[in-house]
Amino acid sequence: MSEIANSIFTPATAARFDHLVTIYPVKRSALVPMLLYAQDEVGYVSDAVVTEIAQRLDLLELDVRNVLSYYSMLRTKPAGRYNVQVCTNISCMLRGGYEILDHCKHKLGIGHKEVTADGTFSLEEVECIGACCWAPAIQVNYDFHDNLTTVKVDEILETYRAGQGKDVK
Amino acid sequence: MPTLVSHPDEVKVISRRFGQGAADIEKYIELDGYKAVQKAIAEGPEKMPAWIIDTMKASGLRGRGGAGFPTGLKWSFVPKQSEKPKYVLVNGDESEPGTCKDHVIFLEDPHAVIEGTMIAGLAIGSKMGFIYLRGEYRYLLKIMEKAVADAYAKGFLGKNIFGSGLDFDVVTQSGAGAYEVGEESALMESLEGKRGVPRIKPPFPAVVGLYGGPTVINNAETIASAPHILLMGGEAYAKIGSERNGGTRLFGISGHVERPGVYELPMGYNLKKAIYDVAGGIKDGKKLKAVVPGGSSCPVLLPEEIDVGLDFDQMGKAGTMLGSGGIVVLDETVSIVEFALRTIAFYQHESCGWCIPCREGTDWIKKTLTRVYNGGGSKKDVANVQYLAENMMGRTFCPLGDAAAMPTLGFVKKFRKEFEDYIEGNKAGTPIITVQQLVGAGH
Repeated sequence: MSEIANSIFTPATAARFDHLVTIYPVKRSALVPMLLYAQDEVGYVSDAVVTEIAQRLDLLELDVRNVLSYYSMLRTKPAGRYNVQVCTNISCMLRGGYEILDHCKHKLGIGHKEVTADGTFSLEEVECIGACCWAPAIQVNYDFHDNLTTVKVDEILETYRAGQGKDVK
Repeated sequence: MPTLVSHPDEVKVISRRFGQGAADIEKYIELDGYKAVQKAIAEGPEKMPAWIIDTMKASGLRGRGGAGFPTGLKWSFVPKQSEKPKYVLVNGDESEPGTCKDHVIFLEDPHAVIEGTMIAGLAIGSKMGFIYLRGEYRYLLKIMEKAVADAYAKGFLGKNIFGSGLDFDVVTQSGAGAYEVGEESALMESLEGKRGVPRIKPPFPAVVGLYGGPTVINNAETIASAPHILLMGGEAYAKIGSERNGGTRLFGISGHVERPGVYELPMGYNLKKAIYDVAGGIKDGKKLKAVVPGGSSCPVLLPEEIDVGLDFDQMGKAGTMLGSGGIVVLDETVSIVEFALRTIAFYQHESCGWCIPCREGTDWIKKTLTRVYNGGGSKKDVANVQYLAENMMGRTFCPLGDAAAMPTLGFVKKFRKEFEDYIEGNKAGTPIITVQQLVGAGH
């Protein structure tokens, strides 16, 4: 049983959060990872997520929102089931990152931070993801795909569309 | 997944276990894993801290995050007696564009990071270490989490480590996307569950750090170097490198080269050789135009300036920085106006807004360069960009302001004519980014 009655999270996640608050000298240290893990499960940081996390960490909802707005990976609106993040920073830019971004926009028919009508994909232009030596690179949710060409991108998108993409959480 | 590369000029110290499955604890142990921490403990509780710090000092190891501060000296600043608990904080928030070396360490040798954290802890008398990875590195966090769990299962972490009578715990932590958190005080804020804005210094982290306790913060590569140094001896490690720059480091060579990759080279290795021999030269036989030598915040070097040793001092003399070891190579097709704009667009996006010179400076430089890029620039704009950048330098709590100003100054000073010609309508290089892309998307 979770320490929080009527937790909005699955029992596994609730148990994980119960544990997470115990490992730091200060409970609040769990806030940033907790927001991200909650987003992984719910799809975005909803009002209910904010409420429960504030309760778990003895914080004001305002404190949680204040932190939430700082981190670029945290979002307050749903993304697609597969969030395609294309790096266009310098190393990727030099090896075709913008071409990959354009290709994804065209292929998915959506722009930056938009979601396809069926909710399968969303697209995001992101800053350096630490795959510079294997550029151009993208992340689909947390999975890295590198040394890309537009042909490879098509294959990757198809794999996810068919529900066969890896999904690390 | 990163592709591992290799070159005969490499000296494999940190990368010694790469490609050998050392993420598995048994394999790590087989490859001399957890021997360094036991060697330290064998010195006995009285002598151990000083022995570790002396060895680190003798090694000449300097911080691999980019600042190049001597590691042994940093550890020695932590007071021996402290009312508050002391902490070790490993910075794996690798976010400097052009940098992906820690990525490979977490993937290929996670236990070296844990063992290095333990060694730092033993040196300063800490009982707890945190390993903070950027949020995007989820698959690497999983690898680190498993490595930590395996180390606990073996009894290497927790109570009475290796019979020393000392306890040491390690906690892994995920960020959630913020370049700024790579700055040490912002990193502590983030780990305390706050916005990653920098703290005013002094006090320095060695005195008042995480949760107000004395804290050692080191880059993941610095920490992962410690076990190797203790095993081979400080002097032996120092000898591999150049004067006052001990050992080796991981250089990530990216951009327009034939064989991009993360290579481990001795400190002081020639930059030109690194590009032309190690990384196979300029891609598709094109000509070199410029090199950003240590991550995007380092001032650019011209082709005639790259016959220089890759260490903190020689790069400083050359008017740039060794930085994070991320060498970005630009061929003749690159428009420097565009590259400068993309660089400042990044810093503008990442500025946390705490300090006005950084928040406003990055924004105005971006706006001005956007106008120039779109063809509406005036000659005054180049001088204005330089003026803005000069006035950001040294006027912010953390180095993000400098990190934005330094490359900008490098571009407008060294490529002044290209900027002026561009404004006149003579555009060098092949543009990559369309105006619409710049206005529309993440920027």
